[in-house]
Amino acid sequence: MRMKRYLGLVLLITIAMMAMPTANHSGKTVSAQGEKIKVYTSWPLSGGTQAVGESMLKAAELALAHYKEDHDGAGPAGFEVEIVGLDDASPTTGAWDGTIEAENAQRCVNDPECMVYFGTYNSGAAKVSMVITNEAGIAQITPANSYAGLTRACETCAEGEPEIYRPSGEVNYFRTNGTDDFQGPSDAAWAVCLGFESVYILDDTQAYGKGLADEFERHAEEIGLEVAGRASVESTDIDFRALLTDVLASGADLVFGGFVLDSGGPQVIQQMNELGLFEEDIYFMGPDGMASPALFDQIGGVEIANDYVYISFPGPLPSTLESEKGVRFYEGYVDTYDEEPDPYSVYAYQSMMVILDAIERAGVADRAAILEAMRATTDFEGLSATFSFDENGDATVSGFYGYAVGDDTFIDGTLITPTMHETCEVASD
Amino acid sequence: MSIDNQVFIQNVIIGLTVGGYLALIALGYTMVYGIIELINFAHGDLFAFGFFISLTIFAEINPEIPLHGSDLYFTLPAVALLTMLLTGSLNLAIDQIAYKPLRKAPRLAPLLTAVGVSFMLEAIYAIWKGPIQIPYPRYFPKEDYMENEHVISFFSKLGMDITEWRIVSFTTKDLFLFGVTIPLVALLTLFIDRTRIGKAMRASAQDREAAMMMGINVNRIIATTFFVGGALAGVAGMVWGLYINSGRFTMGFEAGLMAFTSAVLGGIGNIRGAVLGAFIIGMIKAMSDSYIGSEWTRVVIFGILILMLVFRPSGILGSTQSIEKL
Repeated sequence: MRMKRYLGLVLLITIAMMAMPTANHSGKTVSAQGEKIKVYTSWPLSGGTQAVGESMLKAAELALAHYKEDHDGAGPAGFEVEIVGLDDASPTTGAWDGTIEAENAQRCVNDPECMVYFGTYNSGAAKVSMVITNEAGIAQITPANSYAGLTRACETCAEGEPEIYRPSGEVNYFRTNGTDDFQGPSDAAWAVCLGFESVYILDDTQAYGKGLADEFERHAEEIGLEVAGRASVESTDIDFRALLTDVLASGADLVFGGFVLDSGGPQVIQQMNELGLFEEDIYFMGPDGMASPALFDQIGGVEIANDYVYISFPGPLPSTLESEKGVRFYEGYVDTYDEEPDPYSVYAYQSMMVILDAIERAGVADRAAILEAMRATTDFEGLSATFSFDENGDATVSGFYGYAVGDDTFIDGTLITPTMHETCEVASD
Repeated sequence: MSIDNQVFIQNVIIGLTVGGYLALIALGYTMVYGIIELINFAHGDLFAFGFFISLTIFAEINPEIPLHGSDLYFTLPAVALLTMLLTGSLNLAIDQIAYKPLRKAPRLAPLLTAVGVSFMLEAIYAIWKGPIQIPYPRYFPKEDYMENEHVISFFSKLGMDITEWRIVSFTTKDLFLFGVTIPLVALLTLFIDRTRIGKAMRASAQDREAAMMMGINVNRIIATTFFVGGALAGVAGMVWGLYINSGRFTMGFEAGLMAFTSAVLGGIGNIRGAVLGAFIIGMIKAMSDSYIGSEWTRVVIFGILILMLVFRPSGILGSTQSIEKL
C-alpha cells in the first residue's frame, strides 16, 4: 500500500516538472521562459497557388525546427514561437483576395501575441496588409513579393509609392528576394542573349504581373529587342485564342507573360501549344511567379513546355543550392516532407530565419523592439547569399537566375542580369 | 492574302466557335427564364460540371489518345449521352431541392438561392478536382483542314494558295464543335415546336395557371425544362473540354456570364434570341480580344449590353414571357 502511495507521489512530481519543461534548460532571457510569440503567415493555402503556399508554410516550420535543433530545443530568446498559417485566397475565385488579406493583417494586429506578420505571396496583397501592419508598428516580411514599388520608387511604379504603404513614415516591411525592376530587365537582356528578336508582352493586370511586364517592355525598347505587341488579360478568362492569333500574326518569336500560376499563365502556355504557336517556333518566357513544378501539371504535362518555355527565378532553385545552410534546407525538406520543395520555399525558409534572428536579438516580446532588430539585420547568412537590409527594407544582394524547361524539368540555370546582352557571356556557359 | 485579312478570317472562325458553345449554355438560361422567370445563376456551373464529369468518365474508360475507330464513333457519343444525362439530372435535383420549395416565394428568394448554389457547386469542384488549372487530355483527333491536300487542291483550282495562309486554321475540332452544337439546337427547336411536351412547355410559359387548368402537369414540365437545359450545358462543357483541353473550377462563372449576357442580348425567354445573342457575343469577344485588347473585352460586351437594355430592353429579337414557337 505504502509503495503505491509513494509511487503516486513520484508520478505527480514528474508530471508537475514536465509541465514546465523549459525552466531548467533555456538560456538567455529569464523573463521569456515559456512565453509565446506568434508569427502570422498570410499567403494562398487554397486556389491555384495552393501547392506553393503549402510548401512555403512547411519551409517556415522547418526553419523553426532547425533553429530549435541548433539551440537545444529552445526558441529564440527562450520564447516559444508559434506559426499561425492563414490563407488569403478567396474560395470563390481561387486567387488572393484583398478583403481576406486585410482581415488576416487585422487578426495579427488584434492578437497581442502576434509579433511578426509573415506575408504575402502576391505583391497586390502586400499593398493591402502593409498599410495595416505599418500603422500598428508590426514587422512584416515577405517570402516572395517582388513588385519594386512596395519598398522604393521606380520608373514604372505608381505615383506616391512606396510612401502610400507607410502611413507612419517608418519602414516596417522587409524582403529577402529580388525585385521585378531587376527581374524584368534581366529577362529582357536574357531574351536577347537567347537569340530572340521580337517579343509580344502579356500581363494579368495585377501589381506583380503588370509591373514586371512594364519593366520588361521598358528595358526591351532600350536594348533593341522589338516589342511586337502588348496586351493584358482577365485572369478569369478561359479562351485566349483570339489574342494568341494576334500574337501569331505579329511576327513575334517570344511571348513574355507577366503571370502567376492562378492568373492565366498556365492557360496561355497550354493554348499556345494547342494553337500551334510552339510549332511556329514562338517561345514563352515567364517570371518567378510561374517557377513551380505545379506549372507542369496545370498545363497538362511537362512535355508541352519542354524546349519552348523559359522561366526566371530570384536565385538558384532548391535542389541546386550550394551553401551549407542551403543544402541543410533542401535535404531537411525532402527528408521531412518526402517531396520536392517549391522554389519559393527557399525564401520562406530564409525569411523565417530572419524573423527568428530578429526575435533573438530583440530578446523581448515587444513589437517595436523586434521591428527595430529586424531593421538592423546585417551580414545575415541566408541560403543563397549573405545580405543586409538597406534603408528601404530590401536585401542588399539579389540575383536572378534563368531556367529553360527541358528534359521534363527546369534546366540550364544561369545568372541573368540587365546588362548581360552586352556580352552574352553568362548565358553561354 | 495579307496577314490582316488572315487574322480577320481566323477571328471570324474563333467568334463562331465561341458562339457555338455559348449558345448551348444560353439556351438553358433562356428556357428556365421563359418557364419560371428565374435567372438561374448556377447554370454556368453546370457547364463546368459537364467538363469535370466527362473528364472523370473518360479517365475511367481510359481510351487511347487520340480516340480512333470504335472509340471515336461509339465511346465518344456514349460519353456525351452519359454526360448529358448526369448534368441534366444534377440540374433537375438542384431545382427540386433548392428552387421548387421557393416557387411561390418572392422572386428575389430563388434568385439568391441560385447564387448560393453556384458558389456551392464551385466549392465542390475545387475540392473534387483541386482549385488549379485542370488539363483535359487531347482525346479528339486534330487535323488542320488547311493542310489537307484535297482542300489545298480545291482552293488552288479557285486560284488561291492556302498554304500561304499561316494564320488561318480550321481543324477537325472546330468542325466537331459545330457538329455537336448545330444539330442540338435544331433538335431542341423541333422538340419545343413539334412534340406534346414542347407544346406543354410553351403553354406553361405563357400562363402557368391556365396550363394547369388544361390538365398540364406544370411541375413535370418545369422539371423537364431544367433537365434539358442542364443536359445542353453539360454537353457544352464536354465539347469545351475536348476542344480547348483545359478548364478550372471557376470556368462556369466566366462562361455563364457570357452566356447570360447572350440570352439577355437576344431577348431573354426567346430561344432564337439566345442562339443569335451567343453568336454575336462570341464574335464581339473574338474581335475585341484581337483588335481592341482583351482587357477591354468585358467592357465592350457589357457596354453593348447596357446600351441594349437602355434603348431596347426586350433584346434584339424581343423578350417574351413565353418560350416562343420558332
